Amino acid sequence: MDLNIYRRRRLANQVGLTLSMIAMALGLFVLLWILFVLFKNGLQSIDWAMFTQSTPAPGSEGGGLANAIVGSLMIVATTALVSTPIGILAGVYLAEYGDQSKTASVTRFVTDIMLSAPSIVLGLFVYAIWVAQAKHFSGWAGSMALSLIAIPVIVRTTENMLRLVPGSLREAAFALGAPRWKVATMITLRAAQTGVITGLLLALARISGETAPLLFTALNNQFFSLDMNAPMANLPVVIFQFAMSPYDNWVRLAWGGALLITLTVLFLNILARVFFRDKVQS
Amino acid sequence: MPNTPVVAEKTAIEVRNLHFFYGTFKGLKDINLNIAEHKVTAFIGPSGCGKSTLLRTINRMYSLYPGQRAEGQIKLYGQDILDPGQDLNLLRARVGMVFQKPTPFPMSIYDNIAFGVRLYENLNRSDMDDRVEWALSKAAIWNEVKDKLGQSGLSLSGGQQQRLCIARGIAVKPSVLLLDEPTSALDPISTGKVEELISTLKNDYTVVIVTHNMQQAARVSDYTAYMYLGELIEFGRTEAIFMKPNRQETEDYITGRFG
Repeated sequence: MDLNIYRRRRLANQVGLTLSMIAMALGLFVLLWILFVLFKNGLQSIDWAMFTQSTPAPGSEGGGLANAIVGSLMIVATTALVSTPIGILAGVYLAEYGDQSKTASVTRFVTDIMLSAPSIVLGLFVYAIWVAQAKHFSGWAGSMALSLIAIPVIVRTTENMLRLVPGSLREAAFALGAPRWKVATMITLRAAQTGVITGLLLALARISGETAPLLFTALNNQFFSLDMNAPMANLPVVIFQFAMSPYDNWVRLAWGGALLITLTVLFLNILARVFFRDKVQS
Repeated sequence: MPNTPVVAEKTAIEVRNLHFFYGTFKGLKDINLNIAEHKVTAFIGPSGCGKSTLLRTINRMYSLYPGQRAEGQIKLYGQDILDPGQDLNLLRARVGMVFQKPTPFPMSIYDNIAFGVRLYENLNRSDMDDRVEWALSKAAIWNEVKDKLGQSGLSLSGGQQQRLCIARGIAVKPSVLLLDEPTSALDPISTGKVEELISTLKNDYTVVIVTHNMQQAARVSDYTAYMYLGELIEFGRTEAIFMKPNRQETEDYITGRFG
Protein backbone atom coordinates (compact mmCIF):
# COMPACT_ATOMS: atom_id res chain seq x y z
CA MET A 1 0.00 0.00 0.00
CA ASP A 2 1.42 3.34 -1.05
CA LEU A 3 0.33 5.96 1.47
CA ASN A 4 1.70 8.72 -0.76
CA ILE A 5 -1.11 8.15 -3.26
CA TYR A 6 -3.62 8.47 -0.45
CA ARG A 7 -1.97 11.61 0.93
CA ARG A 8 -1.87 13.23 -2.47
CA ARG A 9 -5.51 12.47 -3.02
CA ARG A 10 -6.41 13.87 0.37
CA LEU A 11 -4.48 17.04 -0.39
CA ALA A 12 -6.19 17.42 -3.77
CA ASN A 13 -9.51 16.95 -2.02
CA GLN A 14 -8.73 19.67 0.51
CA VAL A 15 -7.59 22.12 -2.15
CA GLY A 16 -10.70 21.46 -4.23
CA LEU A 17 -12.97 21.81 -1.23
CA THR A 18 -11.35 25.08 -0.16
CA LEU A 19 -11.63 26.58 -3.63
CA SER A 20 -15.30 25.69 -3.95
CA MET A 21 -16.00 27.05 -0.46
CA ILE A 22 -14.37 30.36 -1.42
CA ALA A 23 -16.42 30.50 -4.62
CA MET A 24 -19.59 29.81 -2.68
CA ALA A 25 -18.77 32.42 -0.03
CA LEU A 26 -18.10 34.98 -2.75
CA GLY A 27 -21.46 34.34 -4.41
CA LEU A 28 -23.31 34.35 -1.12
CA PHE A 29 -21.54 37.52 0.01
CA VAL A 30 -22.60 39.44 -3.08
CA LEU A 31 -26.17 38.19 -2.76
CA LEU A 32 -26.37 39.20 0.89
CA TRP A 33 -24.81 42.56 0.10
CA ILE A 34 -27.45 43.23 -2.53
CA LEU A 35 -30.23 42.22 -0.19
CA PHE A 36 -28.77 44.29 2.63
CA VAL A 37 -28.56 47.48 0.56
CA LEU A 38 -32.01 46.82 -0.86
CA PHE A 39 -33.64 46.32 2.52
CA LYS A 40 -31.78 49.22 4.11
CA ASN A 41 -32.96 51.67 1.46
CA GLY A 42 -36.24 50.07 0.54
CA LEU A 43 -37.84 49.22 3.87
CA GLN A 44 -38.17 52.85 4.97
CA SER A 45 -40.10 53.79 1.85
CA ILE A 46 -42.64 51.01 2.11
CA ASP A 47 -45.74 52.54 3.61
CA TRP A 48 -49.46 52.70 2.97
CA ALA A 49 -49.15 55.66 0.58
CA MET A 50 -46.92 53.59 -1.70
CA PHE A 51 -49.88 51.33 -2.46
CA THR A 52 -52.57 54.00 -2.60
CA GLN A 53 -51.01 56.99 -4.37
CA SER A 54 -49.73 57.24 -7.89
CA THR A 55 -46.25 58.34 -8.93
CA PRO A 56 -45.66 61.99 -8.02
CA ALA A 57 -45.03 64.73 -10.56
CA PRO A 58 -41.54 66.26 -10.63
CA GLY A 59 -41.04 68.52 -7.65
CA SER A 60 -44.18 67.48 -5.79
CA GLU A 61 -44.05 65.84 -2.37
CA GLY A 62 -44.92 62.28 -1.33
CA GLY A 63 -46.59 60.01 -3.82
CA GLY A 64 -46.65 56.25 -4.26
CA LEU A 65 -46.42 53.47 -6.78
CA ALA A 66 -50.07 52.42 -7.08
CA ASN A 67 -50.22 53.02 -10.83
CA ALA A 68 -46.98 51.12 -11.40
CA ILE A 69 -47.98 48.19 -9.19
CA VAL A 70 -51.35 47.81 -10.92
CA GLY A 71 -49.74 48.28 -14.34
CA SER A 72 -47.12 45.65 -13.63
CA LEU A 73 -49.76 43.22 -12.38
CA MET A 74 -51.90 43.76 -15.51
CA ILE A 75 -48.99 43.40 -17.90
CA VAL A 76 -47.64 40.29 -16.16
CA ALA A 77 -51.10 38.72 -15.86
CA THR A 78 -51.75 39.27 -19.57
CA THR A 79 -48.37 37.76 -20.32
CA ALA A 80 -49.24 34.72 -18.23
CA LEU A 81 -52.57 34.32 -20.03
CA VAL A 82 -50.91 34.54 -23.45
CA SER A 83 -47.76 32.54 -22.87
CA THR A 84 -49.12 29.70 -20.70
CA PRO A 85 -51.27 28.00 -23.34
CA ILE A 86 -48.78 28.60 -26.14
CA GLY A 87 -45.83 27.43 -24.06
CA ILE A 88 -47.54 24.32 -22.69
CA LEU A 89 -48.99 23.28 -26.05
CA ALA A 90 -45.61 23.68 -27.73
CA GLY A 91 -43.95 21.72 -24.92
CA VAL A 92 -46.53 18.94 -25.29
CA TYR A 93 -45.89 18.88 -29.01
CA LEU A 94 -42.12 18.55 -28.52
CA ALA A 95 -42.35 15.82 -25.89
CA GLU A 96 -45.35 13.80 -27.07
CA TYR A 97 -45.68 14.27 -30.81
CA GLY A 98 -42.58 15.46 -32.59
CA ASP A 99 -40.12 13.12 -30.95
CA GLN A 100 -37.61 12.95 -33.75
CA SER A 101 -39.30 14.98 -36.44
CA LYS A 102 -37.59 17.78 -38.31
CA THR A 103 -40.17 20.34 -37.18
CA ALA A 104 -39.55 19.44 -33.55
CA SER A 105 -35.79 19.74 -33.75
CA VAL A 106 -36.08 23.10 -35.53
CA THR A 107 -38.56 24.27 -32.87
CA ARG A 108 -36.21 23.11 -30.12
CA PHE A 109 -33.28 24.93 -31.74
CA VAL A 110 -35.22 28.17 -32.16
CA THR A 111 -36.53 27.94 -28.60
CA ASP A 112 -32.98 27.59 -27.30
CA ILE A 113 -31.90 30.68 -29.23
CA MET A 114 -34.90 32.59 -27.87
CA LEU A 115 -33.99 31.48 -24.35
CA SER A 116 -30.63 33.20 -24.58
CA ALA A 117 -31.72 36.17 -26.70
CA PRO A 118 -31.00 39.49 -24.93
CA SER A 119 -34.31 40.90 -23.72
CA ILE A 120 -33.50 44.32 -25.17
CA VAL A 121 -33.50 42.75 -28.65
CA LEU A 122 -36.97 41.30 -28.06
CA GLY A 123 -38.15 44.73 -26.85
CA LEU A 124 -36.71 46.40 -29.90
CA PHE A 125 -38.40 43.83 -32.11
CA VAL A 126 -41.83 44.48 -30.64
CA TYR A 127 -41.15 48.22 -30.88
CA ALA A 128 -40.38 47.89 -34.58
CA ILE A 129 -43.29 45.67 -35.57
CA TRP A 130 -45.94 47.07 -33.25
CA VAL A 131 -45.24 50.30 -31.40
CA ALA A 132 -43.65 52.07 -34.37
CA GLN A 133 -46.56 51.00 -36.60
CA ALA A 134 -49.29 51.92 -34.11
CA LYS A 135 -47.42 55.13 -33.32
CA HIS A 136 -48.05 54.83 -29.57
CA PHE A 137 -46.72 52.82 -26.65
CA SER A 138 -49.12 50.38 -24.97
CA GLY A 139 -49.52 47.82 -22.23
CA TRP A 140 -50.44 45.22 -24.84
CA ALA A 141 -47.10 45.69 -26.57
CA GLY A 142 -45.38 45.32 -23.20
CA SER A 143 -47.15 42.04 -22.61
CA MET A 144 -46.17 40.83 -26.05
CA ALA A 145 -42.50 41.58 -25.43
CA LEU A 146 -42.61 39.79 -22.08
CA SER A 147 -44.44 36.83 -23.68
CA LEU A 148 -41.56 36.43 -26.10
CA ILE A 149 -39.29 35.97 -23.10
CA ALA A 150 -41.64 33.73 -21.12
CA ILE A 151 -42.78 31.35 -23.88
CA PRO A 152 -39.41 29.66 -24.52
CA VAL A 153 -38.90 29.15 -20.78
CA ILE A 154 -42.32 27.51 -20.46
CA VAL A 155 -41.80 25.41 -23.60
CA ARG A 156 -38.54 23.95 -22.37
CA THR A 157 -39.63 23.28 -18.78
CA THR A 158 -42.87 21.68 -20.00
CA GLU A 159 -40.97 19.47 -22.41
CA ASN A 160 -38.38 18.49 -19.81
CA MET A 161 -41.03 17.70 -17.20
CA LEU A 162 -43.02 15.58 -19.66
CA ARG A 163 -39.85 13.68 -20.52
CA LEU A 164 -39.47 12.75 -16.86
CA VAL A 165 -42.80 10.88 -16.99
CA PRO A 166 -41.88 7.20 -17.32
CA GLY A 167 -42.53 5.71 -20.75
CA SER A 168 -44.36 2.83 -19.07
CA LEU A 169 -47.17 5.18 -18.01
CA ARG A 170 -47.55 6.38 -21.59
CA GLU A 171 -47.56 2.78 -22.89
CA ALA A 172 -50.16 1.80 -20.29
CA ALA A 173 -52.50 4.50 -21.57
CA PHE A 174 -51.89 3.59 -25.20
CA ALA A 175 -52.52 -0.06 -24.28
CA LEU A 176 -56.12 0.83 -23.41
CA GLY A 177 -56.65 2.20 -26.91
CA ALA A 178 -56.37 5.85 -25.93
CA PRO A 179 -55.58 8.25 -28.78
CA ARG A 180 -52.40 10.28 -28.50
CA TRP A 181 -54.02 13.59 -27.60
CA LYS A 182 -55.87 11.93 -24.73
CA VAL A 183 -52.70 10.27 -23.47
CA ALA A 184 -50.94 13.64 -23.59
CA THR A 185 -53.63 15.70 -21.87
CA MET A 186 -55.16 13.22 -19.42
CA ILE A 187 -52.14 11.14 -18.43
CA THR A 188 -48.69 12.59 -19.04
CA LEU A 189 -49.52 16.27 -18.57
CA ARG A 190 -51.38 15.36 -15.41
CA ALA A 191 -48.48 13.30 -14.14
CA ALA A 192 -46.11 16.20 -14.84
CA GLN A 193 -48.38 18.99 -13.65
CA THR A 194 -46.40 20.03 -10.58
CA GLY A 195 -43.23 20.40 -12.64
CA VAL A 196 -45.07 22.32 -15.33
CA ILE A 197 -46.65 24.71 -12.81
CA THR A 198 -43.25 25.23 -11.20
CA GLY A 199 -41.90 26.17 -14.61
CA LEU A 200 -44.74 28.65 -15.08
CA LEU A 201 -44.05 30.32 -11.75
CA LEU A 202 -40.34 30.58 -12.50
CA ALA A 203 -41.09 32.08 -15.91
CA LEU A 204 -43.32 34.68 -14.25
CA ALA A 205 -40.56 35.43 -11.73
CA ARG A 206 -38.14 35.85 -14.57
CA ILE A 207 -40.25 38.38 -16.48
CA SER A 208 -41.57 40.39 -13.55
CA GLY A 209 -38.25 42.24 -13.25
CA GLU A 210 -37.55 42.74 -16.95
CA THR A 211 -37.03 46.40 -17.78
CA ALA A 212 -35.50 46.67 -21.23
CA PRO A 213 -38.42 45.20 -23.20
CA LEU A 214 -40.88 47.46 -21.39
CA LEU A 215 -38.87 50.63 -22.11
CA PHE A 216 -39.62 50.14 -25.79
CA THR A 217 -43.19 49.01 -25.45
CA ALA A 218 -45.26 49.94 -22.38
CA LEU A 219 -42.99 52.87 -21.59
CA ASN A 220 -44.46 54.58 -18.52
CA ASN A 221 -47.45 56.57 -17.43
CA GLN A 222 -47.44 59.18 -14.74
CA PHE A 223 -51.11 58.64 -14.05
CA PHE A 224 -53.24 55.77 -12.87
CA SER A 225 -54.51 53.96 -15.97
CA LEU A 226 -56.20 50.64 -16.65
CA ASP A 227 -56.08 51.12 -20.42
CA MET A 228 -53.87 48.40 -21.88
CA ASN A 229 -53.98 50.24 -25.21
CA ALA A 230 -52.14 53.25 -23.80
CA PRO A 231 -48.70 53.74 -22.25
CA MET A 232 -48.74 51.97 -18.92
CA ALA A 233 -46.86 52.54 -15.68
CA ASN A 234 -44.88 49.54 -14.45
CA LEU A 235 -42.44 48.95 -11.64
CA PRO A 236 -39.22 48.23 -13.57
CA VAL A 237 -39.40 51.33 -15.76
CA VAL A 238 -40.45 53.52 -12.81
CA ILE A 239 -37.44 52.25 -10.88
CA PHE A 240 -35.21 52.96 -13.86
CA GLN A 241 -36.44 56.56 -14.18
CA PHE A 242 -36.82 57.40 -10.51
CA ALA A 243 -33.55 55.96 -9.24
CA MET A 244 -31.49 58.36 -11.33
CA SER A 245 -33.66 61.42 -10.69
CA PRO A 246 -32.59 64.39 -8.54
CA TYR A 247 -35.75 64.20 -6.35
CA ASP A 248 -35.38 62.51 -2.99
CA ASN A 249 -38.93 61.15 -2.89
CA TRP A 250 -38.48 59.63 -6.36
CA VAL A 251 -35.27 57.90 -5.35
CA ARG A 252 -36.94 56.60 -2.22
CA LEU A 253 -39.87 55.22 -4.24
CA ALA A 254 -37.43 53.55 -6.63
CA TRP A 255 -35.88 51.66 -3.72
CA GLY A 256 -39.31 50.71 -2.42
CA GLY A 257 -40.31 49.40 -5.86
CA ALA A 258 -37.08 47.44 -6.16
CA LEU A 259 -37.70 45.80 -2.81
CA LEU A 260 -41.28 45.05 -3.81
CA ILE A 261 -40.20 43.30 -7.02
CA THR A 262 -37.52 41.35 -5.17
CA LEU A 263 -40.00 40.18 -2.57
CA THR A 264 -42.47 39.16 -5.28
CA VAL A 265 -39.83 37.15 -7.13
CA LEU A 266 -38.69 35.61 -3.87
CA PHE A 267 -42.29 34.70 -3.06
CA LEU A 268 -42.81 33.11 -6.50
CA ASN A 269 -39.61 31.09 -6.10
CA ILE A 270 -40.59 29.87 -2.65
CA LEU A 271 -44.08 29.06 -3.89
CA ALA A 272 -42.60 27.04 -6.77
CA ARG A 273 -40.34 25.12 -4.40
CA VAL A 274 -43.04 24.38 -1.87
CA PHE A 275 -45.40 23.31 -4.61
CA PHE A 276 -42.85 21.01 -6.19
CA ARG A 277 -41.70 19.48 -2.91
CA ASP A 278 -45.19 18.78 -1.58
CA LYS A 279 -46.34 17.06 -4.72
CA VAL A 280 -43.18 15.04 -5.23
CA GLN A 281 -43.55 13.61 -1.73
CA SER A 282 -47.24 12.75 -1.96
CA MET B 1 -38.84 -25.57 -36.75
CA PRO B 2 -40.94 -27.98 -34.71
CA ASN B 3 -44.37 -26.75 -34.01
CA THR B 4 -46.79 -28.88 -32.10
CA PRO B 5 -50.14 -28.40 -33.78
CA VAL B 6 -52.97 -27.38 -31.54
CA VAL B 7 -56.29 -28.95 -32.39
CA ALA B 8 -59.79 -29.22 -31.03
CA GLU B 9 -59.72 -25.73 -29.51
CA LYS B 10 -60.76 -22.50 -31.09
CA THR B 11 -57.79 -20.40 -32.12
CA ALA B 12 -57.87 -16.74 -31.11
CA ILE B 13 -54.54 -15.66 -32.52
CA GLU B 14 -52.50 -17.17 -35.32
CA VAL B 15 -48.90 -16.06 -35.70
CA ARG B 16 -47.45 -16.88 -39.12
CA ASN B 17 -43.86 -16.39 -40.32
CA LEU B 18 -43.35 -13.49 -37.96
CA HIS B 19 -40.04 -11.64 -38.13
CA PHE B 20 -39.30 -8.62 -35.99
CA PHE B 21 -36.65 -5.94 -36.37
CA TYR B 22 -35.21 -3.36 -33.98
CA GLY B 23 -33.61 -1.23 -36.67
CA THR B 24 -31.30 -3.73 -38.33
CA PHE B 25 -31.21 -6.15 -35.39
CA LYS B 26 -33.48 -9.12 -35.84
CA GLY B 27 -35.41 -9.67 -32.63
CA LEU B 28 -37.71 -12.48 -33.78
CA LYS B 29 -37.04 -15.10 -36.42
CA ASP B 30 -39.86 -16.86 -38.22
CA ILE B 31 -42.29 -17.38 -35.35
CA ASN B 32 -45.30 -19.62 -35.94
CA LEU B 33 -47.81 -20.49 -33.27
CA ASN B 34 -51.51 -20.61 -32.46
CA ILE B 35 -52.92 -19.12 -29.30
CA ALA B 36 -56.05 -20.87 -28.11
CA GLU B 37 -59.15 -18.99 -27.09
CA HIS B 38 -59.94 -18.83 -23.37
CA LYS B 39 -56.69 -20.50 -22.39
CA VAL B 40 -53.55 -19.18 -20.76
CA THR B 41 -50.49 -19.27 -22.99
CA ALA B 42 -47.09 -18.60 -21.41
CA PHE B 43 -43.92 -17.40 -23.15
CA ILE B 44 -40.78 -18.44 -21.30
CA GLY B 45 -37.07 -18.20 -22.01
CA PRO B 46 -33.92 -16.41 -20.86
CA SER B 47 -33.62 -12.59 -20.92
CA GLY B 48 -33.40 -11.19 -24.42
CA CYS B 49 -34.97 -14.25 -26.04
CA GLY B 50 -37.75 -12.16 -27.59
CA LYS B 51 -40.70 -13.22 -25.45
CA SER B 52 -41.68 -9.64 -24.56
CA THR B 53 -41.06 -8.59 -28.16
CA LEU B 54 -43.49 -11.25 -29.34
CA LEU B 55 -46.07 -10.12 -26.78
CA ARG B 56 -45.74 -6.49 -27.86
CA THR B 57 -46.46 -7.37 -31.47
CA ILE B 58 -49.90 -8.71 -30.52
CA ASN B 59 -51.17 -5.21 -29.60
CA ARG B 60 -48.74 -3.43 -31.93
CA MET B 61 -47.19 -1.63 -28.96
CA TYR B 62 -43.94 -1.51 -30.90
CA SER B 63 -45.58 0.84 -33.43
CA LEU B 64 -45.07 3.67 -30.93
CA TYR B 65 -41.37 3.50 -31.69
CA PRO B 66 -39.99 4.40 -35.08
CA GLY B 67 -37.38 1.90 -36.21
CA GLN B 68 -39.23 -1.13 -34.89
CA ARG B 69 -41.15 -3.20 -37.41
CA ALA B 70 -42.69 -6.61 -37.88
CA GLU B 71 -43.05 -8.78 -40.97
CA GLY B 72 -45.37 -11.72 -41.45
CA GLN B 73 -48.87 -12.17 -40.18
CA ILE B 74 -50.67 -12.09 -36.87
CA LYS B 75 -54.31 -12.99 -37.26
CA LEU B 76 -56.72 -12.03 -34.51
CA TYR B 77 -59.86 -14.05 -35.26
CA GLY B 78 -58.83 -14.18 -38.90
CA GLN B 79 -57.99 -10.50 -39.31
CA ASP B 80 -54.35 -9.58 -39.94
CA ILE B 81 -53.44 -6.96 -37.34
CA LEU B 82 -50.07 -6.24 -38.94
CA ASP B 83 -51.95 -4.75 -41.88
CA PRO B 84 -50.79 -1.12 -42.21
CA GLY B 85 -54.45 -0.07 -42.37
CA GLN B 86 -55.17 -1.56 -38.93
CA ASP B 87 -56.54 1.07 -36.53
CA LEU B 88 -54.21 0.78 -33.53
CA ASN B 89 -56.54 2.32 -30.97
CA LEU B 90 -59.34 -0.09 -31.84
CA LEU B 91 -56.89 -3.00 -31.79
CA ARG B 92 -55.64 -2.04 -28.33
CA ALA B 93 -59.19 -1.73 -27.07
CA ARG B 94 -59.62 -5.42 -28.05
CA VAL B 95 -56.19 -6.56 -26.86
CA GLY B 96 -55.45 -5.30 -23.35
CA MET B 97 -52.06 -5.27 -21.71
CA VAL B 98 -50.67 -5.26 -18.17
CA PHE B 99 -47.05 -4.32 -17.63
CA GLN B 100 -44.17 -5.48 -15.48
CA LYS B 101 -44.25 -2.47 -13.19
CA PRO B 102 -47.65 -1.29 -11.92
CA THR B 103 -48.62 1.87 -13.78
CA PRO B 104 -51.60 3.49 -12.05
CA PHE B 105 -52.62 6.75 -13.69
CA PRO B 106 -52.28 9.91 -11.59
CA MET B 107 -56.01 10.01 -10.78
CA SER B 108 -58.49 8.38 -8.42
CA ILE B 109 -58.98 4.60 -8.26
CA TYR B 110 -62.43 5.05 -9.79
CA ASP B 111 -61.12 7.17 -12.66
CA ASN B 112 -58.27 4.73 -13.29
CA ILE B 113 -60.93 2.19 -14.25
CA ALA B 114 -63.33 4.64 -15.90
CA PHE B 115 -60.64 6.25 -18.08
CA GLY B 116 -60.43 3.32 -20.50
CA VAL B 117 -64.17 2.64 -20.46
CA ARG B 118 -65.00 6.24 -21.37
CA LEU B 119 -62.82 5.99 -24.47
CA TYR B 120 -65.21 3.64 -26.21
CA GLU B 121 -68.46 3.62 -24.26
CA ASN B 122 -70.91 6.25 -23.18
CA LEU B 123 -72.23 5.02 -19.85
CA ASN B 124 -74.38 6.92 -17.42
CA ARG B 125 -73.20 7.35 -13.87
CA SER B 126 -74.84 4.25 -12.39
CA ASP B 127 -73.80 1.99 -15.28
CA MET B 128 -70.26 3.28 -14.88
CA ASP B 129 -70.40 2.60 -11.14
CA ASP B 130 -71.49 -0.95 -11.92
CA ARG B 131 -68.71 -1.40 -14.45
CA VAL B 132 -66.07 -0.13 -12.04
CA GLU B 133 -67.32 -2.47 -9.31
CA TRP B 134 -67.46 -5.37 -11.78
CA ALA B 135 -63.90 -4.84 -12.98
CA LEU B 136 -62.49 -4.35 -9.49
CA SER B 137 -64.32 -7.47 -8.27
CA LYS B 138 -63.00 -9.48 -11.20
CA ALA B 139 -59.50 -8.38 -10.32
CA ALA B 140 -60.09 -9.44 -6.69
CA ILE B 141 -59.43 -6.02 -5.26
CA TRP B 142 -62.96 -4.65 -4.76
CA ASN B 143 -63.10 -5.43 -1.05
CA GLU B 144 -59.83 -3.65 -0.44
CA VAL B 145 -60.72 -0.43 -2.26
CA LYS B 146 -64.51 -0.10 -2.21
CA ASP B 147 -64.39 2.48 0.60
CA LYS B 148 -61.71 4.62 -1.00
CA LEU B 149 -62.57 4.82 -4.69
CA GLY B 150 -61.90 8.55 -4.61
CA GLN B 151 -58.32 8.15 -3.42
CA SER B 152 -55.37 8.33 -5.76
CA GLY B 153 -54.40 5.07 -7.41
CA LEU B 154 -50.85 5.85 -6.36
CA SER B 155 -51.81 5.47 -2.68
CA LEU B 156 -52.19 1.68 -3.03
CA SER B 157 -49.49 -0.90 -2.33
CA GLY B 158 -47.53 -2.42 -5.23
CA GLY B 159 -49.61 -5.60 -5.32
CA GLN B 160 -52.86 -3.64 -5.15
CA GLN B 161 -51.67 -1.28 -7.87
CA GLN B 162 -50.98 -4.24 -10.14
CA ARG B 163 -54.45 -5.70 -9.56
CA LEU B 164 -55.86 -2.21 -10.20
CA CYS B 165 -54.04 -2.24 -13.54
CA ILE B 166 -55.49 -5.66 -14.34
CA ALA B 167 -58.95 -4.36 -13.43
CA ARG B 168 -58.34 -1.37 -15.69
CA GLY B 169 -57.38 -3.74 -18.49
CA ILE B 170 -60.48 -5.93 -18.18
CA ALA B 171 -62.90 -3.04 -17.61
CA VAL B 172 -62.85 -2.22 -21.32
CA LYS B 173 -63.84 -5.87 -22.02
CA PRO B 174 -61.08 -6.84 -24.42
CA SER B 175 -61.03 -10.31 -25.92
CA VAL B 176 -57.32 -10.86 -25.28
CA LEU B 177 -55.28 -9.89 -22.24
CA LEU B 178 -51.50 -9.63 -22.53
CA LEU B 179 -49.51 -9.84 -19.29
CA ASP B 180 -45.86 -8.81 -19.47
CA GLU B 181 -44.17 -10.29 -16.38
CA PRO B 182 -47.06 -9.07 -14.24
CA THR B 183 -45.66 -10.35 -10.92
CA SER B 184 -41.93 -9.70 -11.23
CA ALA B 185 -42.19 -6.52 -9.14
CA LEU B 186 -44.46 -8.08 -6.49
CA ASP B 187 -43.96 -9.88 -3.19
CA PRO B 188 -44.91 -13.61 -2.93
CA ILE B 189 -48.34 -12.99 -1.38
CA SER B 190 -49.35 -10.47 -4.04
CA THR B 191 -47.93 -12.83 -6.67
CA GLY B 192 -50.16 -15.61 -5.36
CA LYS B 193 -53.22 -13.38 -5.61
CA VAL B 194 -52.42 -12.33 -9.16
CA GLU B 195 -51.80 -15.95 -10.18
CA GLU B 196 -55.17 -17.02 -8.77
CA LEU B 197 -56.69 -14.16 -10.67
CA ILE B 198 -55.11 -15.29 -13.95
CA SER B 199 -56.68 -18.73 -13.58
CA THR B 200 -60.14 -17.22 -13.25
CA LEU B 201 -59.63 -14.69 -16.03
CA LYS B 202 -59.31 -17.36 -18.70
CA ASN B 203 -63.01 -18.12 -18.45
CA ASP B 204 -63.68 -14.82 -20.19
CA TYR B 205 -60.43 -13.85 -21.85
CA THR B 206 -57.66 -15.32 -23.90
CA VAL B 207 -54.62 -14.71 -21.71
CA VAL B 208 -51.02 -14.51 -22.90
CA ILE B 209 -48.37 -14.16 -20.20
CA VAL B 210 -44.65 -13.55 -20.39
CA THR B 211 -42.80 -14.77 -17.33
CA HIS B 212 -39.29 -15.27 -16.06
CA ASN B 213 -40.55 -17.67 -13.48
CA MET B 214 -40.88 -21.21 -14.80
CA GLN B 215 -42.88 -22.43 -11.82
CA GLN B 216 -45.33 -19.67 -12.54
CA ALA B 217 -45.67 -20.77 -16.16
CA ALA B 218 -46.24 -24.33 -14.97
CA ARG B 219 -48.83 -23.21 -12.43
CA VAL B 220 -50.97 -20.85 -14.47
CA SER B 221 -50.67 -21.77 -18.14
CA ASP B 222 -52.31 -24.31 -20.43
CA TYR B 223 -49.79 -23.85 -23.22
CA THR B 224 -46.14 -22.88 -23.04
CA ALA B 225 -43.78 -21.53 -25.66
CA TYR B 226 -40.06 -21.77 -24.99
CA MET B 227 -38.04 -19.15 -26.85
CA TYR B 228 -34.33 -18.62 -27.24
CA LEU B 229 -32.41 -15.96 -29.19
CA GLY B 230 -35.46 -14.79 -31.08
CA GLU B 231 -36.58 -18.26 -32.11
CA LEU B 232 -39.47 -20.36 -30.95
CA ILE B 233 -37.78 -23.57 -29.82
CA GLU B 234 -40.78 -25.51 -28.64
CA PHE B 235 -44.47 -24.93 -28.18
CA GLY B 236 -47.11 -27.22 -26.76
CA ARG B 237 -49.28 -28.13 -23.80
CA THR B 238 -47.69 -26.97 -20.58
CA GLU B 239 -47.62 -30.50 -19.04
CA ALA B 240 -45.85 -31.80 -22.11
CA ILE B 241 -43.28 -29.00 -22.18
CA PHE B 242 -42.46 -29.41 -18.49
CA MET B 243 -42.71 -33.21 -18.15
CA LYS B 244 -41.54 -34.49 -21.49
CA PRO B 245 -40.06 -31.81 -23.76
CA ASN B 246 -39.19 -32.88 -27.28
CA ARG B 247 -36.12 -30.72 -27.58
CA GLN B 248 -32.92 -31.00 -25.58
CA GLU B 249 -32.62 -27.18 -25.32
CA THR B 250 -36.04 -26.93 -23.68
CA GLU B 251 -35.18 -29.63 -21.18
CA ASP B 252 -31.86 -27.95 -20.34
CA TYR B 253 -33.60 -24.66 -19.65
CA ILE B 254 -36.47 -26.12 -17.67
CA THR B 255 -34.25 -28.27 -15.49
CA GLY B 256 -32.01 -25.29 -14.80
CA ARG B 257 -28.95 -26.61 -16.56
CA PHE B 258 -29.06 -23.50 -18.70
CA GLY B 259 -30.59 -20.10 -18.44
